[in-house]
Amino acid sequence: MSQPFRLNKEGLINRNKKISFTFNGKKLFGYEGDTIASALIANGIHLVGRSFKYHRPRGFFGAGVEEPNAKLQVEFNGHSEPNVNATEMELVEGLSATSQNCWPSVNFDIGAINNFLKMFFPAGFYYKTFMWPKSFWYKIYEPFIRKAAGLGVASIEKDKERYEHKFEYCDLLVTGSGPSGLSSAYAAAKNGAKVILAEDKPRFGGTLLTDDVSIDNLSGKDWAEKIISELKSMPNVTVKNRSQVFGYYDHNMLVMFERVSDHLEKKSKFTPRQRLWYIRAKETILSTGSIERPIVFGNNDTPGIFLSAAAKEYMKVYGVLVGKKPLIFTNNDSAYETALEFKKNNVEPIILDTREEHSSELIDEAKSKGIDIRFSHGVIVANGYKKVKSAKIGKLNKDKNSFEKIETVECDCICVSGFWTPSVHLASQSGNKLKYEEKIDAFIPDKKKQHETSVGAANGSFTLEESLKNGFENGSNLSAKITDTKTEIAIPNVNEKKYGAHDKFWCMPLPKNENPKRFVDFQNDVSVSDIEIALREGYRSIEHVKRYTTLGMATDQGRTSNLNGLQLVSNIENKIVPEVGHTTFRPPFTPITIGTIVGREVGMEYLPTRKTPMHEWHEKNNAVFVDAGAWKRPRYYKEGNETLFEASKREAKNVRENVGICDVTTLGKIDIKGPDAAEFLNRVYTNAWMKLPIGKARYGLMLREDGIVMDDGTTTRISENHYHMTTTTAQAANVLSHLEYYLQIVWPELNVNVVSTTEQWAGAAIAGPKSRDMLSKLYPDLDVSNEALPFMGYKEAEFFGVPSRIFRISFSGELAYEINVKSDHGMFMWEKMMEVGKEFGNQPYGTEALSTLRIEMGHVAGPELDGRTIPSDVSLNGLVSKKKDFIGKNSLGREAFNVESRQKIVGLIPIDRKSSIPEGSHIVQDQNAKLPNPKLGHVSSSCWSVENNNPFSLAIMKDGKNMIGKKFFAVSPLKNKSIEVEVISSHYVDPEGKRVRS
Amino acid sequence: MLYIKCPYCGLRAQKEFSYGGDATVKRPNINEEVSTEDWDNFVYMRKSPRGKHVELWQHIAGCRQWIKVQRDTATHEIFQTAKVTEEIR
Ligand SMILES: [Zn+2]
Repeated sequence: MSQPFRLNKEGLINRNKKISFTFNGKKLFGYEGDTIASALIANGIHLVGRSFKYHRPRGFFGAGVEEPNAKLQVEFNGHSEPNVNATEMELVEGLSATSQNCWPSVNFDIGAINNFLKMFFPAGFYYKTFMWPKSFWYKIYEPFIRKAAGLGVASIEKDKERYEHKFEYCDLLVTGSGPSGLSSAYAAAKNGAKVILAEDKPRFGGTLLTDDVSIDNLSGKDWAEKIISELKSMPNVTVKNRSQVFGYYDHNMLVMFERVSDHLEKKSKFTPRQRLWYIRAKETILSTGSIERPIVFGNNDTPGIFLSAAAKEYMKVYGVLVGKKPLIFTNNDSAYETALEFKKNNVEPIILDTREEHSSELIDEAKSKGIDIRFSHGVIVANGYKKVKSAKIGKLNKDKNSFEKIETVECDCICVSGFWTPSVHLASQSGNKLKYEEKIDAFIPDKKKQHETSVGAANGSFTLEESLKNGFENGSNLSAKITDTKTEIAIPNVNEKKYGAHDKFWCMPLPKNENPKRFVDFQNDVSVSDIEIALREGYRSIEHVKRYTTLGMATDQGRTSNLNGLQLVSNIENKIVPEVGHTTFRPPFTPITIGTIVGREVGMEYLPTRKTPMHEWHEKNNAVFVDAGAWKRPRYYKEGNETLFEASKREAKNVRENVGICDVTTLGKIDIKGPDAAEFLNRVYTNAWMKLPIGKARYGLMLREDGIVMDDGTTTRISENHYHMTTTTAQAANVLSHLEYYLQIVWPELNVNVVSTTEQWAGAAIAGPKSRDMLSKLYPDLDVSNEALPFMGYKEAEFFGVPSRIFRISFSGELAYEINVKSDHGMFMWEKMMEVGKEFGNQPYGTEALSTLRIEMGHVAGPELDGRTIPSDVSLNGLVSKKKDFIGKNSLGREAFNVESRQKIVGLIPIDRKSSIPEGSHIVQDQNAKLPNPKLGHVSSSCWSVENNNPFSLAIMKDGKNMIGKKFFAVSPLKNKSIEVEVISSHYVDPEGKRVRS
Repeated sequence: MLYIKCPYCGLRAQKEFSYGGDATVKRPNINEEVSTEDWDNFVYMRKSPRGKHVELWQHIAGCRQWIKVQRDTATHEIFQTAKVTEEIR
């Protein structure tokens, strides 16, 4: 199959390797080195999509990141990706591309009816129309807009690809490998600096690949190749193609998106698809070049209309003609190079130049080659629906606001050039305030904000000589400051064509009674008339105009539209462009995949998994795990077909009747040492700590400075100046930071050190009436009687030859002990307990049973200590010392904390003794009251009381204990339940706490 | 992402630190009478300045030291960092 628009020789593609692909189902081929765009154009295909709002036919406009139209759904290497820029995506064997935003097909799109109803879709249409009637929004307007607004379709398949993150540090990061970037990188590398050179495209060299220039008697392309190969050979240089620096963040951190393997047919299992680089650079060279901007004219979005530099790039890089009857429409000299390139390939262009007849090196060359040049001319409107067929062109009058002559010429493409816009996005992101350069009608970077230096075209210098000089000087000076080395480099001789001045002309007038659409922003379908409407309706600030019209808000960030939009506003408002100002550039410069942002932090790698030393045992014994922060804790141990409810009830009941063991390794543990440790604890906790004897534990409550309970736990005095603190699993990290804050900042005079020992100790709780019997079997040589080891007692003893700590503390409200051994001995301890415990009916119990046990005892935990409760709210005021000062004490006197009707803890049981009360239910007086139904409190924790065999809940309720005996409703709109409840004491089981002391 | 110079460890990425608020707030002395107004100012009242601000950060994934950082709240420029026992100009 032939490619009708492929040149015979030109281009940098590999003609020895054919690549087959499909477009909208049609089988085509291109060559290695093609983009989807260049291969399609070679095959004569221009219609690739439909526009966003009006579904107008759209084709290619650019040849790289500037492309506003050609976004395709692409399937390749086993995945489907939406919104792929056809001008950037390289062809790979088997790739299949389809058009987006069209139905049923790109050739016949029903949505195009919007184009004929366009009077209904002016700027602000959605804001105005869909406001009324309000009820229509959810059911009619919103689904319709969603459907119409879609670009591509995201895959719902799991992404099997690998994405990586990389952190890198360098002296100089160079963003772009055009002439100024290459020379900067080269000079810095020669000074010994650590350099990263990043190029977005697959090929290095930027404009050197397409401009007719020579450097030191080498063609631009050959010179670029020479420099790149030298840079690649240097150990201090990293050279990266297919890598776009898309974000400039604080403190000179830049983020780069590398397309590692999308262009490869085969790759190893561990080759990532894409890689995100976080680069901390000491200095940054912004050599991002410039983007050609169009001139606005009628139907300027018709397929076959290109930026002139893109047309040249298709010829020189890909060996592809964008058309065989080109019109070149320009206000400057650079488009003449495109015309000359056409001519070289035996295609006869017509040049329409908005400037009056004059002469320059390029114009003279074009004339001498016999090219048809028409000065003071421009395209008024392009004709043709799915492809340009002809153009109505006009000779402009002196003032360039009307025409002296209008005629129609045949053409199959229009190459437009409205001069050049420096790519200042990175400079702007760095905080640089940009300034307007009237000489080039565009913004360039102003005073440095971070360590960014813009060079070459990105800084508004459009000659090769200047760009090279700029690059060498800045690369050398910036790196010399870092490396203290300065290598002299001779600036090479340059041969380039001199450009004449451009014409400050950007939008063609319309003849009377003609009103074709003139697009400013192609991707979001924003036309000249939309901007006029916005201004007429009173939008003045450019930021408001932007949001009202959506100008520059599409995925191309207005690369080809922003300046023309500004010019339009400035003309209508009679302001100069710098007064209108520009909108803010934000990262990412081009769309990047979500996969790259996420990197390897998916699935199991999302968070580290913390497992206790006994984890394997739990796994083997059918534990069902629950996440507690990063920890995995057994929620229950499933026997047979048991449900969670049945298993946890069995486990809790066994603790109440016999004995159970629970893995409590995850509790936070903090070692506290130093002569002032007691004094420190006395300030941290609400209760008294100065007189705790060695070998005794105490329950402690700590507050934040605002009086709210922060955490609770027991602390044991191990020796004179050594304490062992436990915290809840959830608060372990916060409590450690809290202690460090007071020791380092508030009371540095206290001689105390704290360190986390959570992972050093494995812990198991033994709870139940038979726990002492079991303990005596575990420690046959130890006196474990109530006298020798009373409640809140502590002992150190050998556990079958292993050192261990025994704490007589209880969370379940039963007679209970906690044994700690070094983590390495955790499994040994656990298995021994299972073995020894058999005769006492010991069973392991999980967090669900643990919750049941503590709830029916009325012990508060996370759901009650929820960051809103003070000690008296949760019946812990007995622990608040009146005599001494402590963290948060002064706040407890606040008026709101001492209101009698304040919400406090109570217990709830359902009247029917059957219905479980959902956690989070609201307590109300009247279940049928009109909304908003006054809320008296909420249910914080619920369980099935194994002691009383009926549901029981803890609640935080207005008036607290004064409500005991009264009946209310617990309503849960989420679960659609309303349960009549009675308020009782929060201590449902063993209110005197006899068991723990037994 | 900020680049913060820990006085103990050197330049480290922001993600190693956690933020700790205004470093100029002084807690009323323990065991001393304090007026309600002074206490409320200490607990609740914070300035939200645009510009230079001396604040606390903890090098939580590093040496665990609390440090002082003088930062511009608008531009994120960091002028100076110091140990909490040191003064910032
Ligand atoms: Zn540190």
